Amino acid sequence: MMENKQNDRQLLDSLYRSLVFLLNFFVVIVVCILSYFLFGDHIAEWMKPRAKTVVASTSKPESATEDRVENGKDLMSGLIAASGYKTVRSNCTACHSAQLITQNRASRDGWKAMIKWMQATQGLWDLGENEAIILDYLAANYAPQEVGRRAPLEEVEYYILELE
Amino acid sequence: MSMALGAEMVYAAFFPEGMIPAALAHSEESFALPGKNANLVVLNDRPINAETPPHLLDDKLTPGDLFFVRNNGIPPEQKDIDPTTWTLEIGGESARTKKVYTLAELKQRFTPYTYQLTLECGGNGRKEFNPPAKGNQWSTGAVGCAAFTGVRLRDVLNDAGVQSDAVYIGYYGKDSHLSGDPAKQAISRGVPIEKAMQDESLIAWNMNGQPLPYLNGYPLRLVFGGWPASTSGKWLSKIVIRNQVHDGAKMKAPSYRVPCNPVAPGTKVADEDMCIIESMPVKSLITYPKSGATIRLDQELPIRGHAWAGERKVQQVAYSVDFGASWQNCVLEAPANRLAWQHFRAKIKFPKKGYYEVWAKATDEVGISQPMLLPGWNPKGYLNNACHRIAIKVV
Repeated sequence: MMENKQNDRQLLDSLYRSLVFLLNFFVVIVVCILSYFLFGDHIAEWMKPRAKTVVASTSKPESATEDRVENGKDLMSGLIAASGYKTVRSNCTACHSAQLITQNRASRDGWKAMIKWMQATQGLWDLGENEAIILDYLAANYAPQEVGRRAPLEEVEYYILELE
Repeated sequence: MSMALGAEMVYAAFFPEGMIPAALAHSEESFALPGKNANLVVLNDRPINAETPPHLLDDKLTPGDLFFVRNNGIPPEQKDIDPTTWTLEIGGESARTKKVYTLAELKQRFTPYTYQLTLECGGNGRKEFNPPAKGNQWSTGAVGCAAFTGVRLRDVLNDAGVQSDAVYIGYYGKDSHLSGDPAKQAISRGVPIEKAMQDESLIAWNMNGQPLPYLNGYPLRLVFGGWPASTSGKWLSKIVIRNQVHDGAKMKAPSYRVPCNPVAPGTKVADEDMCIIESMPVKSLITYPKSGATIRLDQELPIRGHAWAGERKVQQVAYSVDFGASWQNCVLEAPANRLAWQHFRAKIKFPKKGYYEVWAKATDEVGISQPMLLPGWNPKGYLNNACHRIAIKVV
């Protein structure tokens, strides 16, 4: 009688342990699937082989990094994907973000003055034959736009203001 | 790195040093900066520059996570900053002795003070200049006012000894030059000795009762309220007392300088005709409601915001709903202390349905007001203190 009871208990215990194990296993699987949905793309993105940071010298041709263009813009830098953008990207983004280019507007002379300033004070190298390519690109794609002394308010999103 | 991404970076250990993750390199995607609210507008991620939208500056004191970031270089790695070993050196040709203090010694030996101090980037508002000026295209959000706690710069300078020929102080910080060249300083500016000696000029370690945010100079910075924020050196490690105008990085023309005499838009100005910006001009910002508010004709619109005037006090703030044709005064509070921004508020009743712009205009204690159009053009686009405007629809 006692022995039977003990056997029953052992059986119950082992059943219980198996159940807990199965449940844990199930939870782990669910967590894995969820993580994949949440972070899978990021992990894949980071695991992808990528080109080394290229510091271009004057004679170096444009680097062959993954050049994905979407909506006319280089996905990697946000630069307008027009003729010369890879030369701009490889020379300019070695030191600073491409955002410093894309948020600015200047004439060819204005861009040239910025390059001269960076060469005089910020350690920018002699751009050699790339200088003309870079200046042509910047003058064509990031030229000043005509605006008045004050532009209309931009990008206003209207909403109902709740007042008591 | 994972903090900049706003998410833990899986396999971070395998990531090559010195590279920017794809998630950040895609420059048009937003990401959270370390210790910062994700709603800051990131203008530039190398160096990091981010501004605060006006409606997020509604607090009387700007919280640390909403305070704008203007970096000229690359901040020291967060993991390398140890406040227990951090030191500040005082030197320079006009210092009687060279001194080195640990952060603990600064706190022990000198009396701490807390002041509410307004910091605004000299280039705040650059975006509106035409012809365009080079640099980060700040709109209105490179400004904030916080309660800074620290010791008076004056007390520390006097402890080292200031020679009678001293005219300027310069700072050095632990941020590095963008090019990675260790021989180059990212930025090393300063102020005339008279500004350095003011009561409110602090060597600060706390902001709003908390240690300084990492991107705002943790663990130690200078704070010169009312002057271009570039004078308030971050990650502060050394101060030099100079017998000439400090000549560190970004002290020379054209950086943080405007034409000594006004010029026509687009004029090329010789370096020797550019003068260092000192006190910032009078300015105000409407922080409530957010631009775009739509109300009914029978409702009154409450507005509020802040006004500041560099070294001066703000005497009056007025609002206009008819593009400056007529102005009504706002209620204006006194500053908590000198160099603190002041709060204003008003209630507006609109005459009929339609589109309106609410404009705010502050006037300082000597009667100088904000311009409704842009102020004088200058090559680097500094000091735009034109009236702030928000759009309102009455339906």
